[in-house]
Amino acid sequence: MDKEVITKIESDDTSSVEIKVLLFARARELAGVPDLTLKMPSGSTTQKCMDELVLKFPSLEEVRCCVVLALNEEYTTDSAIVQHRDELAIIPPISGG
Amino acid sequence: MSAEEKNLIEILEEGHTVDVVKYIDYVSAPQAGAIATFSGTTRDMFEAKTVLELRYEAYVPMATRCLSSICTTARSTWDIHKIAVAHRLGPVPVGETSVFIAVSSVHRADGLDACKFLIDELKASVPIWKKEVYTNGEIWKENSEFMEKRLELAEKRDSIVEKPVVEEHRRRGCCGSKVRVEEDEEHKDITGDNKSSS
Repeated sequence: MDKEVITKIESDDTSSVEIKVLLFARARELAGVPDLTLKMPSGSTTQKCMDELVLKFPSLEEVRCCVVLALNEEYTTDSAIVQHRDELAIIPPISGG
Repeated sequence: MSAEEKNLIEILEEGHTVDVVKYIDYVSAPQAGAIATFSGTTRDMFEAKTVLELRYEAYVPMATRCLSSICTTARSTWDIHKIAVAHRLGPVPVGETSVFIAVSSVHRADGLDACKFLIDELKASVPIWKKEVYTNGEIWKENSEFMEKRLELAEKRDSIVEKPVVEEHRRRGCCGSKVRVEEDEEHKDITGDNKSSS
């Protein structure tokens, strides 16, 4: 995404959505934050959000291959479209038990 | 009593230990002739490395939802009276219980099979993480059950767990034990039929 596009999104609120991103375990350590608000163009997929997160936090590249995403507390696909105020969680390999 | 009232799911915040007796008492009932339990206990060694500390964290609301969904699936497969699932968060000293599952049923086979299903599914799909701290470093553990199920999880929005075909589950359990060797070393797993009078 180039600078011009970003500017356009930020200046036009109706064409963008804000989602809450939660990061856990290794993903949280790599990003250095447990959560953040992410502004995305309307119609963005969860995969696009993940791309954006890796741009913001390049260290997330390390876990990118093995994370699963959850949207509003349910596992989701890469192609799911995020809505305004959705909660997207980055789930690295789990190890409960 | 609705199914919801017959499940007790607790993700225990830091500082709370797993009160095993509480969960056994919860599932115990005059009509239930069997209580099957699983207790996962933290070990002091992993691949010859001394574990100094284990620390758990969870995506609590989603973990609770996942566990509830797994309980519903278990109930649709086996004849179960009550289920209790507890998982501890924060640091868990070596030798203490990190996870406990109790299932009561009229007959023991349902309880035992459901208990195994519940712990296997918990390890495969419930968002809980464990970090092991050694004398010479630390690592976030990865359950082999999750790695096997990862792509499948991402394909399903509506249901976290597929309804198990009983034969299928047993077969998987058989092969699964080989795959799970690495992970099993983390725990002194105790599966028991605590009160089998059926």
